[in-house]
Amino acid sequence: MNYITQRLLTFPLVLLGVSLLVFFAIRLVPGDAIIAMLGTEAGLLTPAQRDSLAAYFGLDQPIIIQYGRWLAGLFEGNFGISVIYGKPVLEVILSRFPLTLELALLSMFIALAAGIPAGVFAATRADRPADLSVRIFAMLGQSTPSFVVGLLLIYFLSVVFRALPAMGTFTPLFEDPIGNLSQMILPAITLGLSFAAAVTRISRSAMLDVLSDDYVRTARSKGASQRDVVWRHALPNALIPVVTLSGVEFGYLLGGAVIVEQIFALPGLGRLTLDAISQRDYPLVQGSVLFIAFNFLVVNLLVDLAYAALDPRIRLGGK
Amino acid sequence: MQQLKGAIAAIARHPSGRIGAAIILIFLILAGLGAAGITPHNPLKQYVVDRLKPPSATYWFGTDLLGRDTFSRLMLGIGESFLIAFASVGIAATAGTLIGLFAAWWGHLWDGILMRIMDVLLAFPAILLALLIVAIQGPGVVTSITAIGIVYTPIFARVVRAPALALKAREFVEAAHTFGSSQRYILTRHLLLNLIAPLTVTITLALAWSLLTESGLSFLGLGSQPPAPSLGVMLAESKSMMTRAPWLMIFPGLTIMLAILGFNLFGDALRDILDPRTQGRES
Repeated sequence: MNYITQRLLTFPLVLLGVSLLVFFAIRLVPGDAIIAMLGTEAGLLTPAQRDSLAAYFGLDQPIIIQYGRWLAGLFEGNFGISVIYGKPVLEVILSRFPLTLELALLSMFIALAAGIPAGVFAATRADRPADLSVRIFAMLGQSTPSFVVGLLLIYFLSVVFRALPAMGTFTPLFEDPIGNLSQMILPAITLGLSFAAAVTRISRSAMLDVLSDDYVRTARSKGASQRDVVWRHALPNALIPVVTLSGVEFGYLLGGAVIVEQIFALPGLGRLTLDAISQRDYPLVQGSVLFIAFNFLVVNLLVDLAYAALDPRIRLGGK
Repeated sequence: MQQLKGAIAAIARHPSGRIGAAIILIFLILAGLGAAGITPHNPLKQYVVDRLKPPSATYWFGTDLLGRDTFSRLMLGIGESFLIAFASVGIAATAGTLIGLFAAWWGHLWDGILMRIMDVLLAFPAILLALLIVAIQGPGVVTSITAIGIVYTPIFARVVRAPALALKAREFVEAAHTFGSSQRYILTRHLLLNLIAPLTVTITLALAWSLLTESGLSFLGLGSQPPAPSLGVMLAESKSMMTRAPWLMIFPGLTIMLAILGFNLFGDALRDILDPRTQGRES
């Protein structure tokens, strides 16, 4: 069995595992779903009303049946009804997804635009002061938690420029691009910083590896200029590990950035899931966690397939 | 003993190893003093007249809204973060190593089942999986330890499985088989000994990730609970007062960053030393 078929076959299996884990895990959360839903008003319910509510949400069925029904619904695009919002789960998730997707794309753009040149710059000056300072910066970037970066950014903005980032209601990109970007830029920098640090480190080390390869030496001996050697001959090969890293990071970013969304008061997928967990909105937790894991797995599958397409050793599953 | 001396000398020769080790050591001393109750002030006591005081000779890192000494609270906070980090990485390393070893050793169906379970865990962003576990168990130190331990188990399983598979096929393991060594003997003597290098590196780096996840959880209010001083909680509380009392944000922020930096630097140095192939490449 070659690598690609193997990956394609395990994909639904892992997804099934995710669905099982999240379905049963959320039911281990102590507390009654109906009380969580109605708060103190649940105390006013007559037993008959309670039972009919439980029946409405399917909570009166054995747990295996509940799981089976949920799973069957998924195939029809029916993720259930969110208890908090009273709307279809998929609709709630999709209303939050554009923000998360935009934030992930912006952060990745920042990370690649800053990280790759920095990594190449450092690698071509290996062990000189310039290299050392890039490495120190990257190390610091990788060691600073996103909420420390976020708070520092807000602090400097409010002290130096006496302005606060636009918070509160979220402005969608297509309604007001400038208003939207002014809201998204700080969170994107916050998330992009440690991502950029990781990209810098990996592109530096990949570049160093490639620069000592025989084919680069051949290119040099042909008389290719330093610039040509670095950007045309070496960089394309050095980018392979960068692509892998970015894929994994991007996959995680698509899951929403709980902490950064919290700091900048952004209504993304991360906060949606956090709220759903704390309010025991079973259908919403199940739906959003599955959605997040699905995105992560798809992005990783695509990265792996792209990788396999580039590297015949993997494609043919030699080892 | 000789090997230990050699290892310490190698770390001391490596610039990032030196700095990383120094940072970790200083923090360990501060945490130890804090745990022993030797702090400049009582970390829980509210000096009501000295509320929101900037850093001074009396209060080195200033005081918070309730008049508590930030430096003393940081000492305790470091201790708690380190305790959670060491305990959770201990769990993750033990569980992950066992899973990785058995997956490689038994192979076939078991390998498939165990590693797919690890894939399922890896498909969750770390903080989300931890949140789910916190929701089940309720927030607290023990929950943070279990949650972070579970989150990082798959990484250890993967780190161990690949070299274990490669080693399993090597002649010396096969030779041990023909000599009639027991499975357990082969697993511990041959496989585990050869896994020490990748494991040490991963453990050090995992300590950094664990500190990151723990401070994130407590920043969200889902880690250790007040009034226990915790770095994440202190930072979260500082947000509303950041222009009036920036020291409440800057010192805990720097502390978390330095602690993570210490383990990252140390881990990088270990990787350079234990794997000469990557000398100076990754740092």
